[in-house]
Amino acid sequence: MTAAPLITYALPKRRHPVLAFTVAQPLGAIAFVVIVVMIGAGLFAPWVAPYDPVALDFGAMLAPPSLEHWFGTDAFGRDIFSRVVYGARTALVIGFLSSFFGCTLGAALGVASAYFGGKIDLVTQGLVDVVLSFPLIVLALVVVAMLGKFVIGGVDVNLIVAIAIPILPKVERVIRAAALSVREMPYVDAARAAGYSNSRIIFRHMAPNVAAPYLIMLTAYIAQAILLEASLSFLGLGVTEPTPAWGLMLSGNASDFYREAPWMILFPGLAISFAVFAFNLFGDSLRDWFDPRFKV
Amino acid sequence: MTTRHQHGASAEPLLSIEDLHVHFVTSRGVVRAVEGVSYQVHKGEIVAVVGESGCGKSVTSLTVMRLLAQPAGRVVGGRIMFEGRDLLTLGDEEMRAIRGRDIAMIFQEPMTSLNPVLSIGLQIMEPLTIHLGMSEAQARARAVELMGLVGITDPERRLDQFPHQLSGGMRQRVMIAIGLACNPKLIIADEPTTALDVTIQAQILELMKDLVRRLGIALVIITHNLGIVARYADRVNVMYAARTVEQGTADEVFLTPKHPYAIGLMRSVPRLDRPRGQRLETIEGLPPNLLKPPTGCRFAERCPYRIEICATEPPLAPVDGDHLSACHRARELPLAAAATSAAAVVPAVDLSAQPTLLEVEHLAKHFKVPARGLLGGDTRTVKAVNDVSFTIARGETLGLVGESGCGKTTIGRVVLRLDDPTAGEIRYDGQDLGRAAGGEMQKLRRQIQVIFQDPFSSLNPRMSVGEIIGEPLSVYRLEPDSRRVKERVGELLTQVGLFPYMAERYPHELSGGQRQRVGIARALALEPSFIVCDEPVSALDVSIQGQIINLLEDLQRRYGLTFLFIAHDLAVVRHISHRVAVMYLGRIMEVADRDTLYAAPQHPYTQALLDAAPVPDPLIERSRAPRALTGELPSPLNPPTGCVFHTRCPKAVEDCRHIVPELREVRPNQLAACIRL
Repeated sequence: MTAAPLITYALPKRRHPVLAFTVAQPLGAIAFVVIVVMIGAGLFAPWVAPYDPVALDFGAMLAPPSLEHWFGTDAFGRDIFSRVVYGARTALVIGFLSSFFGCTLGAALGVASAYFGGKIDLVTQGLVDVVLSFPLIVLALVVVAMLGKFVIGGVDVNLIVAIAIPILPKVERVIRAAALSVREMPYVDAARAAGYSNSRIIFRHMAPNVAAPYLIMLTAYIAQAILLEASLSFLGLGVTEPTPAWGLMLSGNASDFYREAPWMILFPGLAISFAVFAFNLFGDSLRDWFDPRFKV
Repeated sequence: MTTRHQHGASAEPLLSIEDLHVHFVTSRGVVRAVEGVSYQVHKGEIVAVVGESGCGKSVTSLTVMRLLAQPAGRVVGGRIMFEGRDLLTLGDEEMRAIRGRDIAMIFQEPMTSLNPVLSIGLQIMEPLTIHLGMSEAQARARAVELMGLVGITDPERRLDQFPHQLSGGMRQRVMIAIGLACNPKLIIADEPTTALDVTIQAQILELMKDLVRRLGIALVIITHNLGIVARYADRVNVMYAARTVEQGTADEVFLTPKHPYAIGLMRSVPRLDRPRGQRLETIEGLPPNLLKPPTGCRFAERCPYRIEICATEPPLAPVDGDHLSACHRARELPLAAAATSAAAVVPAVDLSAQPTLLEVEHLAKHFKVPARGLLGGDTRTVKAVNDVSFTIARGETLGLVGESGCGKTTIGRVVLRLDDPTAGEIRYDGQDLGRAAGGEMQKLRRQIQVIFQDPFSSLNPRMSVGEIIGEPLSVYRLEPDSRRVKERVGELLTQVGLFPYMAERYPHELSGGQRQRVGIARALALEPSFIVCDEPVSALDVSIQGQIINLLEDLQRRYGLTFLFIAHDLAVVRHISHRVAVMYLGRIMEVADRDTLYAAPQHPYTQALLDAAPVPDPLIERSRAPRALTGELPSPLNPPTGCVFHTRCPKAVEDCRHIVPELREVRPNQLAACIRL
């Protein structure tokens, strides 16, 4: 036996997790930057936006993009750039809240359904099947039409409910599947053998172990929720005038003037696309990042 | 290009690994997985590579096959000579021609090494058509022949079956048939029987040995089971922390081991061929981290014979003849056997005066499984446990042994009330445990705890060690405040041989043995009087097994604990149990106190089990006739009528097909269920 050959390697450096993520998922990192920009715009809208988004200016109706009005103005002379910036606020608040409630309730139901099994599981799965058989938008439409408006602090709670309900069963399915395998883990048996309460086992022992798919879906469904909110607003069932919302900006007199003033629909449309694309992309790369099979 | 060195006179070795170095480059650093390993394999020879997980034994063999994980695994030095060619320098195309044709590999897990969507026949025929260019019909004929060779009955029909239709033992036979398909010169078997039951393991190994001798194939067996090595190997390599520490014939290594690690291994396994000692002599500590291996002798830190010179690296040098050892003190080491036989022999303690703690009567547990069919309306019943009765006295350990699927784990789960019994009574300390519910059940749960087999999945990965152990303390308000909980967690950690600072750690930061200790501490936190131990040591390395067994015994003595000890390893059960129950297909075959059962087993199944279990002594093993139990374990979906064992029983008569034997006293304090006794 000889001594070990002396070999030096260029070792993969221990990187900061943010940097490591950027290297492994460059598209995800770009998406993340877009998201951060969106959040920044939403948070600091009053400082970012040059005009009041609801202020009418009949002297500058349908003005094309210029140094004064970057994205032009609409039929009422409102500054489109300011409305897009404030629209980020609406999109994010409604998108995040509906995705959060839909995913969280869906996850709780999924874990409970997997844990209890038997009849409870059967009934839950039946209900989920029923809800899943409706197209997303149709279901949201029905809920909004049935519930009407219920505004708290400038946010339409019923709109959030309407968007969260179609998300819930989809998340329930995925989380239930993940929780079914967690349920078979000996540590869950150990917790049962210790005589802990069902809620303790569900929330303390099982839920944290399905956190990865939950977080991924939370991000991905923000995109869905933003899209749904825009669609509902476009159809006149979501956010109502004069609140700046991207979907709303595409409808109304925008449809009358889009030939003369295409900027009225171009910029809010791009905003929706970018936001949805960014959240989807970020959700996807998060999923890949968390999946151990993608790691060396 | 041929090599001629040390073996110049004798026949040229078929395979010669020379000073092999393999590194894995990972994000945490370079793992030096194999460092300077050399061994040779001759035609018709069985060479064993023994060592604990992570010692580099599998990496060495994967390197021979050139199947190292890429791009992390790198061969950084050495040669692998096979029939005069260095395998490491061959091109991919040339290597592919050798793989499967000249060198075949058999993996541990027969469940996952066969492709589930291809028929057995197709998988056996594949190498024949690829490597030998046979036609479909030729390959089919050869496949039938091969299946006969590996003892698969009714090969014509089996060819069209799929892997899930075969048992684990049958699948491993198919793997061997695939390995043999192209008449390989060398077979590398990586833990070929670890996933199999004792009686099936004996069948498979006998088969492999027979084939090797008959066909002149060389066989490399990689295993951690010393009994298998003693029974089948001609030459043995003992590996520790990426290095070979001892090399020699089986007799030399087992009878006069010359390395402290080898000696420690021999002593730390409970053995069926020796009287039961007071305590297992264990190797304390853990193997070194191969990211930062210590300088000098790698075993020094755990070695009882350590002296100053051990700070320098010992060469693998001859002790006498071909017997090599990498120890500075190889010539002064004591005999392995000396200390063990001198250890006091402890008779089984008489616990008959103790009150009964757990009483199980006519217990049955049936599971409904959906039958196949389009609408799936039908269900079939698996009778996992049938008419089982036993008692456990306070302070006693009842060992429950049997092969997989015999229902031993189900009994444990029913006693823990993780599953509800289908029929029968379970009484714990006079209370009806089988039907208890609500608050009454919760009180009982605190007295009955569990230790699981797999130390990886039995701890919640999202909770720290302190949270895991402290949870029951705060849930049941056993300690008044969080400061006291923390102190108590520290105490519990100390009791199981860990350190209080480890409370901050998460399970993935601990080794397998440490995790199992955390699992034990969690069970102890509720101060139970009864613990169900479900295979608590079978997932651990040999040297760690001994530590955990000793810990369990110490805890039993200190707290007067009662154990239901479920295991498949007969030697471990013998070591730890006061009484032993043997199960087969959901029924108890024999119950007796430990010494009686092992000295004079009455039931034919118990006898067969003890026959099949190899002991780590080549002299004893060679003198034993191969009496492997024939046949397969019947499916619990469709158990045999009458005595469930009659299909495999050497003593079975016509009556055994019809009469279900009662468990009755065949000798004083020895119960067996057999009409022929």
